Amino acid sequence: MGRPEGLKLIDENGKRVDGRKKYELRKIDMEVGILKNADGSAYVEWGKNKILAAVYGPREIHPKHLQRPDMAVLRVRYNMAPFSVEERKKPGPDRRSVEISKVIRGALEPALLLEMFPRTVIDVFIEVLQADAGTRVAGITAASLALADAGIPMRDLVAACAAGKIDGEIVLDLNKDEDNYGEADVPVAIMPLKNDITLLQMDGYLTRDELLEAVKLAIKGAKAVYQKQREALKEKYLQIAQEVAGNE
Amino acid sequence: MSDAPVMAGIMRDRILNLLKKGKRIDGRGFEDYRDVEIKTNVIEKAEGSAWVRLGETRVLVGIKVDVGEPFPDLPDRGVMTTNVELVPLASPTFEPGPPDENAIELARIVDRGIRESQAVELEKLVIVPGKLVRVIFIDVHVLDHDGNLIDATGLGAMAALLTARIPKLEYNGETGELVRLDEYEPLPVRHVPLPVTFAKIGGNMVVDPSLDEERVMESRITVTFDETGHVSAVQKGEGGSFKLEEVMYAVDTAMRKSSELREMLLSSVDRGLP
Repeated sequence: MGRPEGLKLIDENGKRVDGRKKYELRKIDMEVGILKNADGSAYVEWGKNKILAAVYGPREIHPKHLQRPDMAVLRVRYNMAPFSVEERKKPGPDRRSVEISKVIRGALEPALLLEMFPRTVIDVFIEVLQADAGTRVAGITAASLALADAGIPMRDLVAACAAGKIDGEIVLDLNKDEDNYGEADVPVAIMPLKNDITLLQMDGYLTRDELLEAVKLAIKGAKAVYQKQREALKEKYLQIAQEVAGNE
Repeated sequence: MSDAPVMAGIMRDRILNLLKKGKRIDGRGFEDYRDVEIKTNVIEKAEGSAWVRLGETRVLVGIKVDVGEPFPDLPDRGVMTTNVELVPLASPTFEPGPPDENAIELARIVDRGIRESQAVELEKLVIVPGKLVRVIFIDVHVLDHDGNLIDATGLGAMAALLTARIPKLEYNGETGELVRLDEYEPLPVRHVPLPVTFAKIGGNMVVDPSLDEERVMESRITVTFDETGHVSAVQKGEGGSFKLEEVMYAVDTAMRKSSELREMLLSSVDRGLP
């Protein structure tokens, strides 16, 4: 719909609009522990997506009536900067952001040992500084790193990736053009240690087989993302170790 | 301090113990829907309407049709929006005010299912391309909450759309005048997507969770199929997680259950497949 005349999402050589192959991720860079004030933070560049996540807590919860006697409350706010998209986005939460915040909370919650911190809140803030499709999976990936960076006890990292359908083919990690003019987008988040799926959505039109193919492909993508998350976390502690060694 | 966690704990044990024996708290099988009742054209002032009872869950859906501008990126399509109000009379947990995250998620799941299957033929609702189109409002009023609002809302929205009648319009290209005729035509609908929702409780997957089951579920998944065997929306909701096999089970079961629901829906609105 609304697709520019003659735009082909996959060319005769099987290459996509940005030159990628069908099962190729965009370039992903991650950095952990980059904000001063937050208890944990991470920055993820994923293709043209630029996403910052920060964690505050466990800390006292306001308003008080939200507190739970048996566990910490997890709060997630996914927010897009007005300048993050082609046409300026009105600041503040719209319906899309509210829904995404809710499903991201559901994606992160199973990884956290919330019962260790009753009556408190763990706040996760995800700021999309630039968006180019796949912001929720990049946001989950960044938020999970920020939670680990904050030292919150976790069962596993949550890694996420999307797959989708463009020009009739199931491909990994749609960019903006592919998302706009493609047939479906399937974001998935997993806890890779036990292959638990913690986020699954589908926006589009797929047969049963295509849907399952996309889910399996997105899981593979998320596993690759997981390796990068581990490296990014290690990187931070290696740096600290080197600084300490340098000071001696 | 509320005693809710204690009560929930007792209820959870009871539901879990029954599930281990292959039973549900209200006696249903794992893949059984509760009793469904659908009445259409219950609100005369709305172009379409449906009242749905799913067990003790009750929702009312109204379709209003207006004229407005199309989205700039879709100049040759009518506009459709879905909104859900969780009104406080339906549950002690619903509060007045603008739609909260639950209402927004519910509306968006149902909206995606209808939109992505292109169930409503929006291209037939254009008056002047790029300028003037029909705007379809699907407004959902939840009246009594006893679990699985998604499937009740999905059924209600499709029942109301299938039975909606919209006034014919006459557009005068020279004067730009739009006249509403006293004749009515059906809203053009080509597919019947219906959501099927599962709760995961103690590792068991059950269809059409009641409120008691939703209170203790670890997780939730909804799969929307239309009659062509295409999926037009999927949503994992709440916390918890699913194994790939559980997702596959949900997809396959949803395909089967949605066709049963569709048959029931179409016979109750007295029409065949579009």
